[in-house]
Amino acid sequence: MLHKKSLAEMARDLKAKKVSSEELTRAFLERIERFNPRLNAFITVLKDSALQSARAADLDIAAGRGGPLTGLPIVHKDIFCTEGVKTSCGSKMLDNFTAPYDATVVARLKQAGTVLLGKANMDEFAMGSSNETSYYGPVKNPWDETRVPGGSSGGSAAIVAARLAPAATATDTGGSIRQPAALVGATGIKPTYGRVSRYGIVAFASSLDQAGIITYSAEDAAMIMQVMSGHDERDSTSVDKPVPDYVAGLGASMQGLRIGVPKEFFDKGLDPKVAEATREAIRVYEKLGAKVQDVSLPNFWLSVPTYYVVAPAECSSNLARFDGVRYGHRCKDPVDLLDLYMRSRGEGFGAEVKRRIMTGTYVLSAGYYDAYYLKAQKTRSLIRQDFLEAFKQVDVIMGPTAPGTAFKLGEKTEDPVTMYLNDIYANGVNLAGLPGMSIPAGFVDGLPVGLQIIGNYFDEGRMLAVAHQYQRETDWHSRIPKNYEN
Amino acid sequence: MSLTPDDVKSIARLARLSIAEQDIPAYAKNLSSILEFVAQLDKVDTSAVQPMAHPLVGLTQPMREDRVTDHPDRDRYQAAAPQAEAGLYLVPKVLE
Repeated sequence: MLHKKSLAEMARDLKAKKVSSEELTRAFLERIERFNPRLNAFITVLKDSALQSARAADLDIAAGRGGPLTGLPIVHKDIFCTEGVKTSCGSKMLDNFTAPYDATVVARLKQAGTVLLGKANMDEFAMGSSNETSYYGPVKNPWDETRVPGGSSGGSAAIVAARLAPAATATDTGGSIRQPAALVGATGIKPTYGRVSRYGIVAFASSLDQAGIITYSAEDAAMIMQVMSGHDERDSTSVDKPVPDYVAGLGASMQGLRIGVPKEFFDKGLDPKVAEATREAIRVYEKLGAKVQDVSLPNFWLSVPTYYVVAPAECSSNLARFDGVRYGHRCKDPVDLLDLYMRSRGEGFGAEVKRRIMTGTYVLSAGYYDAYYLKAQKTRSLIRQDFLEAFKQVDVIMGPTAPGTAFKLGEKTEDPVTMYLNDIYANGVNLAGLPGMSIPAGFVDGLPVGLQIIGNYFDEGRMLAVAHQYQRETDWHSRIPKNYEN
Repeated sequence: MSLTPDDVKSIARLARLSIAEQDIPAYAKNLSSILEFVAQLDKVDTSAVQPMAHPLVGLTQPMREDRVTDHPDRDRYQAAAPQAEAGLYLVPKVLE
């Protein structure tokens, strides 16, 4: 069963000529055709070009020109500009937009010989925690189709969990890789801010956005991160630091690893069963020789309010470019320039995006800037400071990724703040710019639970090794939802 | 912070967003709820704290030589325009 193999296994089979890229690609395209109508996880499926790329990859492999990722199928979240391909960001605003260039992440993975199967559905402009704000309709959780997969990278997460592709790129601004990975039982990684280029990723919040990957396992994630990571001259926030060999580093011993568990994470907002599953996962590390201790992040409670000032402020600025002039939706028969702007934007953006733009506009406006935005920049410092203090005593931090398991579609759409609280353990990581992962750590009432691992700055290598060692001891990451096994 | 319908209209105008009249109360309610939620930041004393604009603390904007290196393909990029002609983007008249 080709779809059950990990990316690492597929790579070995391709190299050994046990399978061709065309066979793999056909297998996944067939599954996509069969299962996607139930999940709505794809916005665009690229059948013909995928087969073309697969054949080219097979030629490269036969000629001995293949690299570690040649011939492997992949999906990109629809926020990555993909040359010649619709890039919609899950929005009516860009429903008619074909990207004229490749994002750096897309170009690097293409250069490495991956086969692009399609573009994944997502919350509109990456704003959401349930993939319910997409113009193209909600994505379903393959473990229970009446429930959400999480968001904003809900499409990417559902695709990997249902084995419609072995890897899907994603972005994380306030938890949008880690939270959906947790809710669908997949492995997701958000690197350190500056590790992966943001060039060609439609910007939501420029000081928070990072691109990462969702896969079945840490080993698979390490393979992709190796190619995605590294300095890019075209992104001035991309850091010029060498990329270690993530794959070679996976075998590190957990003996003596110092794990910090923030006591503030285990508060009344956390589902007790999720809390227990999280503690059980951390106990596995103790058996491997790690030392667990409590740490404190006293300003943790400021994360969500800080995030919901900073992110909307930055989004209001970034989304100002969508004005009906050069690309994207334009209203019919605008009477003057103001009408062009107001109706193009009013029609093109959904309600959550409009809410966030307005929140951002408000907190940046004259008279309110100091009280809100400047204040939030200071509380952001406090949150970062807490992490720096904690990392003086520990090597990694662990805790729950999300406060509960996958909720029902429509359950949290009434009040925006209720939805925002889903990212309570995730936001602070983005505010500080630290790397974070979520790995499958069990089930509660049949629904996946994720363990969050937070690393120190540019310590992705250790974080991936820590995740990998857990996956050698457990098999949560290999579980496939019943309806998607065959 | 409780926003009135007029507050919502003026913020929407600043943000260049048209909102249907019947939707204004819902936006007022939701935005007020969000602003009330973020007002928690007032509870903490930050008088001695430096603001943080991004995580790259201590790094400065990288600079490069002022030399033309990119030669954008205008026609290709302009193909996405709602209305363009002779290399120009067309918009409603701005000046009377």
